[in-house]
Amino acid sequence: MARVQALRCRECGTEYQLQPTHVCEMCFGPLDVVYDYTEVKRVLSRERIEAGPPSMWRYRDLLPIPDDAPLVTLGEGFTPLVRAERLGTELGLRNLYLKNDTMNPTNSFKDRVVSVAVSWARAHGFETMACASTGNLAHSVAAYSARAGLEAYVFMPADIENAKVVSTAVYEPNVVAVRGNYDEVNRLCSQLAEEFPWAFCNINVRPFYAEGSKTLTFETAEQLGWRLPDEIVIPIGSGCQFVRHRRAAAELLDLGLVSGDRLPRLTGAQALGCAPVYNAWRDGTERVMPVRPDTIAKSIAIGNPSDGPYVVRIAKETGGVVEAVTEEEIVDAIRLLARTEGIFTETAGGVTLGVLAKLARAGRWNGDEVIVAYLTGHGLKTADALNGSAGGRRVEIDPTLKSFREVVAV
Amino acid sequence: MPKFRIPGPLRSLSGGESTVSVEAADLRGAIERLDEKHPGFKSRLLDDQGEPRQFVNIYLNDEDIRLGAGLGARLSESDEISIVPAVAGGGG
Repeated sequence: MARVQALRCRECGTEYQLQPTHVCEMCFGPLDVVYDYTEVKRVLSRERIEAGPPSMWRYRDLLPIPDDAPLVTLGEGFTPLVRAERLGTELGLRNLYLKNDTMNPTNSFKDRVVSVAVSWARAHGFETMACASTGNLAHSVAAYSARAGLEAYVFMPADIENAKVVSTAVYEPNVVAVRGNYDEVNRLCSQLAEEFPWAFCNINVRPFYAEGSKTLTFETAEQLGWRLPDEIVIPIGSGCQFVRHRRAAAELLDLGLVSGDRLPRLTGAQALGCAPVYNAWRDGTERVMPVRPDTIAKSIAIGNPSDGPYVVRIAKETGGVVEAVTEEEIVDAIRLLARTEGIFTETAGGVTLGVLAKLARAGRWNGDEVIVAYLTGHGLKTADALNGSAGGRRVEIDPTLKSFREVVAV
Repeated sequence: MPKFRIPGPLRSLSGGESTVSVEAADLRGAIERLDEKHPGFKSRLLDDQGEPRQFVNIYLNDEDIRLGAGLGARLSESDEISIVPAVAGGGG
């Protein structure tokens, strides 16, 4: 029996053959990959994982790529899980960890999902990759398409950070800057996906693509000594990865890879400048109403989040919350992280850390819980957001001892 | 006449047509006319309360109707109504 079996609608349960499609024809619900867990359980063990490559592909048995398909990889995943003692002291948290996914090949967690998407697409005969992106996904798709020798079309809002445009263009994809926000780019791509025989990462190959996110939680559990944390703080853009972390934790429990019987509390982080999921959470509803994004956290500035209702449901089910922070709190959190732990994260990471800090200061935790925050992108991607507010002390001197003594006055 | 753009997953209802034109004064009426022409559309687009389903985005020209006048939006001759499955994204 094949390990990867079918696609199944999350809403109505209708099953489909494995194919590049993402929407249930009956109810428009999202499709998820179905595995034969009996087969997975037969082969999978902690020992097998630990003997695997030092990348996310040590979890290949729980990813939707056929066993005989070659992988398109740049060594993504298995990023450091850092114990954050200095930041923890500031926040009164004695067991705080940071999953430093800024260390991926293109410096964001997107490499996990894109490695799966490009591997799947190439194995299924696609010659062109495509995506709608706020920047990080485009960067990753461009790099992995180059690695695989595939054409790439990346669609981004025209106002995206320059660093993200340059670091994408260098791989020579077709960069299409769209005069509109991410939601408009996404709608255009949904329509293009019906016209062109391309593998759109976050559209027609989305069920496969999304599975790559699970590896963040798999690795976190392994790096904690095969146990799940008490709570995970996760940035929310579309909500796509949030949903996968619940699935990942459930798989680890069901397969007996971790002890215990409880899912971690999953907590979502948004910027108040684009907080449709937080708004729904605050109002006690799963009906997520779209907003027009206006925030420096552009990588999660998604006004019409596809998985928004599921985020609200899962946060509630697991005992987590959804919280949001101001632009000022985002910048403060980026600086706090850099100052205390030596890690520079992008604005979306500032949202995650900002929410962590806000909840900690509001007394959400007693301080002994094992808490993990996912830092999903590197600070150099959005360095402009800190212009004029990077903090620290900068002086300018003449190249003389005298000048140094006068100005710096140690 | 206002014109619907039909997405791939729903073209089995429209006999394979990618666009369908209807005569209607507002969006709610247009969906009624669409359902009369091609039965099945209404139940796919609207829930039991008559509101757009969670996984359906409806755009009047380029505007998400939930950011505008909703199903009560008035229609004019040249309007284009796009039905787009909501389950896309994850593209941060």
